[in-house]
Amino acid sequence: MASNIWVLAETWRGQVTETTLELLTLGREVAGQSGSQLEAVLLGDKSLAASLGAADNVLCAANVEPTPEAVAAALAQLVKERQPQAVLVPWTNLSMDAGALAAAQLNVPFVNGCKDLKSDAGTLVAQCVVYGGKLEAAVSATTASTLFGVLPGSRSAASPGNAPTVTDVAVTLPEAKVKFTKYLEPEAGGVDITQQDVLIAVGRGIQTQDNMELANDLAAALGGAVCGSRPVIDQGWLPLSCQVGKSGMQVKPKLYIMLGISGAPEHIEGIKGAQVVVAVNTDAAAPVFNASHYGINADLFEVVPALTEAVKAKKG
Amino acid sequence: MNILVLLKMVPDVVEELEVAGDGKSLDTSFLRTIINERDDHALEQAILLKERHGGKVTVVALDAPDIDDTLFATMAKGADRAVKITDAPEGMTTQMAAKLCGQVVAGLLPADLVLTGVQALDDLDGLSAALVAQQLNFPYIGVVTAVTAGGPTATVLKEFAGGVRGEFAVTLPAVLGVQAAEKPPRYVPVAKVRAVMKTNKIETVSAPGDAGAAQIEVRQLAKPVVSSHAEMLEGSPEEAAGKLVELLAQRGLL
Ligand SMILES: Cc1cc2nc3c(=O)[nH]c(=O)nc-3n(C[C@H](O)[C@H](O)[C@H](O)COP(=O)(O)OP(=O)(O)OC[C@H]3O[C@@H](n4cnc5c(N)ncnc54)[C@H](O)[C@@H]3O)c2cc1C
Ligand SMILES: Nc1ncnc2c1ncn2[C@@H]1O[C@H](COP(=O)(O)O)[C@@H](O)[C@H]1O
Repeated sequence: MASNIWVLAETWRGQVTETTLELLTLGREVAGQSGSQLEAVLLGDKSLAASLGAADNVLCAANVEPTPEAVAAALAQLVKERQPQAVLVPWTNLSMDAGALAAAQLNVPFVNGCKDLKSDAGTLVAQCVVYGGKLEAAVSATTASTLFGVLPGSRSAASPGNAPTVTDVAVTLPEAKVKFTKYLEPEAGGVDITQQDVLIAVGRGIQTQDNMELANDLAAALGGAVCGSRPVIDQGWLPLSCQVGKSGMQVKPKLYIMLGISGAPEHIEGIKGAQVVVAVNTDAAAPVFNASHYGINADLFEVVPALTEAVKAKKG
Repeated sequence: MNILVLLKMVPDVVEELEVAGDGKSLDTSFLRTIINERDDHALEQAILLKERHGGKVTVVALDAPDIDDTLFATMAKGADRAVKITDAPEGMTTQMAAKLCGQVVAGLLPADLVLTGVQALDDLDGLSAALVAQQLNFPYIGVVTAVTAGGPTATVLKEFAGGVRGEFAVTLPAVLGVQAAEKPPRYVPVAKVRAVMKTNKIETVSAPGDAGAAQIEVRQLAKPVVSSHAEMLEGSPEEAAGKLVELLAQRGLL
């Protein structure tokens, strides 16, 4: 029998994350194709194993601090001892550095940005999103026990199922040089973009802070709020709490209008819950049009004022 | 503080990207490359730290088209030295490039911090920061958005999701994968870059021998096959806006 497929179970403030459950769905498919077992690696609170019933077995090591250093050392040790066929690691802010460090310690690649993974005549081939979503690469690795960084949203979350078997494993951790001290919560006050029905999302295409007025006007006309992509947050034109995506918020508005956003996977993973998605972009090949219901391939500086006027006229 | 910053040139994804005839790589004939956006933040964070604590910032990059302009710009912004790694083999994977960079960085030590961008947008088998940290036996953490130094440890913020950040105490020397600097990367006028070109030199180092072998194989590179594409609203901006408003009204969204 082929060696096992592993999923690194990610825990966030006392719970197994949604992405972990999605990876278990994908891991199950891959294990099925290669006739192997699916195991979850849980580094921390053993009681959380109950949420990982989608796996055949949970390898549980307690007392691993939530730092990339500790998680990587534990994972690398277990991989060396038990030689899984592959390890699926959540490609999230939480786990990407731990996965990368474990791969570096094991001298295997960390194939990342995977939205799909399948066995092709015994070799695992990942479908990876590169260049901000403009292209995709089919990638295989020449090593055993390769790590794959899998994008959130690659599959639906697996249901917990029956309580899995749990195997306690021991790991020896190096002296900690990275120590977690505390969480910093988002600043209170301001708009909660996760609760809005209408969101106007602004990207780098807006060019300057003054131009944010255009988005504010459209939001006012539609009765919604303004949010943004990473570059707009980086510039300080909107607070961190208004960022949508991988390192920002998951939003679920009825209407999401994107102005000058290219549609990088890190942004798009934040809008899975949006009902109607509209994109305005001057680049006809922008990946954002693959993630929207309606698209306008034009200059936002021409479209937005016209749109605001048309909304006002329609509403009367 | 002595800070080393790793920089990489990547394709500008606002441009059209074409796949080469082999079906596995990028057609580089008309490719426009720019500094990886996250690396600009790594550089900014390094310069901010230098301004607060004194010290030196050294930028290290593999040779690439347009790299000289980028390196001169980093010096115009405040980097003290720029080191270009020449004669590296073609077609290296991220892992191989990181092996070379790590060896060059080892030769530039001591340093308190090695900063990289958290990720490059052409990366398929990274992340370089972790690979370099492993070679140097330095601690590493990624997705960093703030660094406070001034002792044997640095206080580092890592961005999780939902606006939550974690604070970590990191023993120096360390490698950090930077997501965003504390301030937007500074702008530098072309005139200043030109002036720096006259006074400063880019140092070159020949690539050290061993990059190892590729451990990944790209079987195909292609435009995404999509399950859905937006319905495009055509016409003048006014016409397209009008059509959208009608559609939104029909769906009860106005
Ligand atoms: C670990 C990690 C986490 C990340 N997390 C996030 C996250 O949570 N959220 C996030 O958004 N990003 C995140 N990113 C960044 C992400 O990869 C992209 O870089 C970012 O989303 C790009 O933002 P953008 O689309 O606004 O800018 P760009 O990609 O630069 O796109 C700008 C777009 O505007 C268009 N445009 C320009 N002018 C006009 C005009 N006049 N009219 C209309 N269109 C115009 C261009 O054609 C282009 O498509 C993360 C990256 C990393 C590495
Ligand atoms: N060829 C390279 N030369 C210099 N720095 C690099 C190179 N490749 C990667 N880096 C650095 O490592 C970061 C992460 O890149 P990657 O590992 O490709 O995702 C980049 O943002 C750079 O800071």
